[in-house]
Amino acid sequence: MTTNTELDARSSIRWLWRQLTSMRTALILLLLLGVAAIPGSLFPQRTQNPLAVSDYFKSNPGTAKFLDQLQIFDVYSSPWFSAIYILLFVSLIGCVLPRTFEHLKGIRAIPSLTPKNLHRMEFHAEVSEGTLDSAEAWLRKNRFRIRRDAHSISAEKGYMRETGNLLFHLSLILILVGVALGSLYGMKGDAIINVGERFINTPTSYDVISFGKLQSEKNLNPFTITATNFRATYDLVTGAPSDYKLNANVANEIGSTEKSKVVRVNSPLTFGSTKVYLQANGYSPLVTVRDKTGEIKYQGAVIFLPQDGNLTSVGAIKVPDMQPQIGFIGSFTPTYERAEGGGAISSYPEVLDPRLLLSIWTGDLGLDSGAPQSVYRLDTSEMKRIGLKTLKLNETHDFGDGSITFEGWTPWVNLQIVSDPGKMYALLGSILAILGLLMSLFTRSRRIWIKEIQSKSGVEVAGLAKNAAPGLENEIASLVNKMKG
Amino acid sequence: MALFAVAFIAHAIEVAFSVRNLEEKTKFDFTRTKRSGDIGTVMIVLGFISLLVAVIFRSISAERVPWGNMYEFSITGALAFTGAYIFALWKYRIKWLGLPVAISVLLTLGTAITVLYVPSAPLVPALKSTWLVIHVSAAIISGGVFLLANCIAATYLILDRYEERGGRPGWALKLPSLESLDQLTYRLVALVFPLWTFAVIAGAIWAEAAWGRYWGWDPKETWAFITWVAYAAYLHARVTVGWRGRKAAWLCLFAGSTFLFNYVYVNIWGTGKHTYSGL
Repeated sequence: MTTNTELDARSSIRWLWRQLTSMRTALILLLLLGVAAIPGSLFPQRTQNPLAVSDYFKSNPGTAKFLDQLQIFDVYSSPWFSAIYILLFVSLIGCVLPRTFEHLKGIRAIPSLTPKNLHRMEFHAEVSEGTLDSAEAWLRKNRFRIRRDAHSISAEKGYMRETGNLLFHLSLILILVGVALGSLYGMKGDAIINVGERFINTPTSYDVISFGKLQSEKNLNPFTITATNFRATYDLVTGAPSDYKLNANVANEIGSTEKSKVVRVNSPLTFGSTKVYLQANGYSPLVTVRDKTGEIKYQGAVIFLPQDGNLTSVGAIKVPDMQPQIGFIGSFTPTYERAEGGGAISSYPEVLDPRLLLSIWTGDLGLDSGAPQSVYRLDTSEMKRIGLKTLKLNETHDFGDGSITFEGWTPWVNLQIVSDPGKMYALLGSILAILGLLMSLFTRSRRIWIKEIQSKSGVEVAGLAKNAAPGLENEIASLVNKMKG
Repeated sequence: MALFAVAFIAHAIEVAFSVRNLEEKTKFDFTRTKRSGDIGTVMIVLGFISLLVAVIFRSISAERVPWGNMYEFSITGALAFTGAYIFALWKYRIKWLGLPVAISVLLTLGTAITVLYVPSAPLVPALKSTWLVIHVSAAIISGGVFLLANCIAATYLILDRYEERGGRPGWALKLPSLESLDQLTYRLVALVFPLWTFAVIAGAIWAEAAWGRYWGWDPKETWAFITWVAYAAYLHARVTVGWRGRKAAWLCLFAGSTFLFNYVYVNIWGTGKHTYSGL
């Protein structure tokens, strides 16, 4: 007769589940998670640095396309990365929940019976002067939980260890909930405003904005921010920034009373659950472009993007209202210096000696083509260059079809507006996790037994330290000493 | 400026001490090693004190806590590592580790004062926060203890290899048993894992205040996470049958290497929000 030792469907699923929730699987999944996170730090990621990703595509198009299919540029939102941490959490929940129920049941239970044979225990001694009563007194004083039988005592201490362990693992789940809430209901956006301008929290005011899947544009907190002054201070020797300070008038709604606030890098503005951070800053040169008759065709601040630590900035000025259309590719240097090789760079990030270098183009700006264009770059495919000029402050250059005046400059600030409704849960989860860790790793769980020796007076003492915790030897020595009197 | 000079001199003395410790410990004759071992320990303690003085002087000269660039991280890291060794020396018997500790500290400081040195300068605005003290000090101290645990794990693996092949060589006879090496590694990692967890979380809280999000998978954040997960795996390994001992020791080394990678690669070559003064 042969016995069928293969598992049927139900048992197979049970077996799979046992495997999934085993320590070994947890270990392997943890390692996998760590290794899986590595590519995200070696390759540019779309969420962090989209420009670097497109640069990668430009320089290695074949590899980039292949990597993109593996979602190497979006590692942390990729299915394979998500699969690992989801499996890990399933394993965690599957292991921790039953253990929690077990623990809750056992938390009030008295220690189990004293084993018959104490000789094999980790620590074992015979104390001829000892009695059960003196042992019990010591155990009570040291806050052991005691089970006293006719001829023996079984004592246990260190239940907090398991409590801490479970608390830690359960709080990881809370962190996951916080992260999920934030990503579903949150929003994040960037907006650049010049000093003197007002930012109103509506979708159109943003340069970039994204919402969580369950969030919508209608729930934006309608505050306003008017930048009144921005000051960046730099170290005179190294040119490194030492402080950024933005003064702004803020109001909770258009029309309500404005309050004056200061925004710094480590102190954002708060409007309910939305926070506004000072992210970056730069310069916008102020220009006036006139046509041949002297009529103003363009006037205002044009945001230029910094290219280095000394805020050499580049940008484009587009004048679609002129016939033919005129465009400028510009470079703004707050403190002008001639670089080796003849180009112009800035030698210090504050505006001490500004110049505006322009190349002048005429033709079709391409704004009517329907395809989106960067406001910082000129599409010169349908244009012809007609001039090159470096302007000092208040200087005007006549380029034939018109003139351009470099009137001045204003700083701009890049504000990052973020709302993350889940972050408090994540924070609470983290704090509880640390508490749980401390409890679990620093609590020693051990058992001590004392049994009367049948043949003569005295007792035998034995102890067991769970998880090989240290210190048991000293404890038992102390107990023995107490019993000896 | 004078303060720099003092810091420099204190460093040089510190380095000199470490060298002397090296010399003292290369003797096989066990009757004499006790004495030279003790001298070595004293040297390391003196070295620690002078390094502490050096770090304090750097701090005074820069008018802030001394952890804003690689040079400062290196000297503080070496301090933390030495401190961890001295602390462990007091609680456990690990005098035999003095030689590798001295060599590592020597190498770190050597690199620091030759290649990584930058003059004292104020912090960039993003670093001007109390969190700098909290987050970075927790990270550096954890790193010091983790690396010490790694040294012990490495010793475990080396001795394990010898024992497998027949026996320990002469110089290794008085070193502790594999079992106690394994236990000691575990205790050190378990001791400092909560602090490391706290360092990562403190970083997240600070990131929320400065950058708008508490976690953005910035390279340094990612590698801190990887280190955390790897040490968590190590802790799990020790309670898994079949993973104690050798496999656990390898896991510990892997986790420590992620920490070192974070320190070296990410600081120097990575791009992200954690790269500041260029170095």
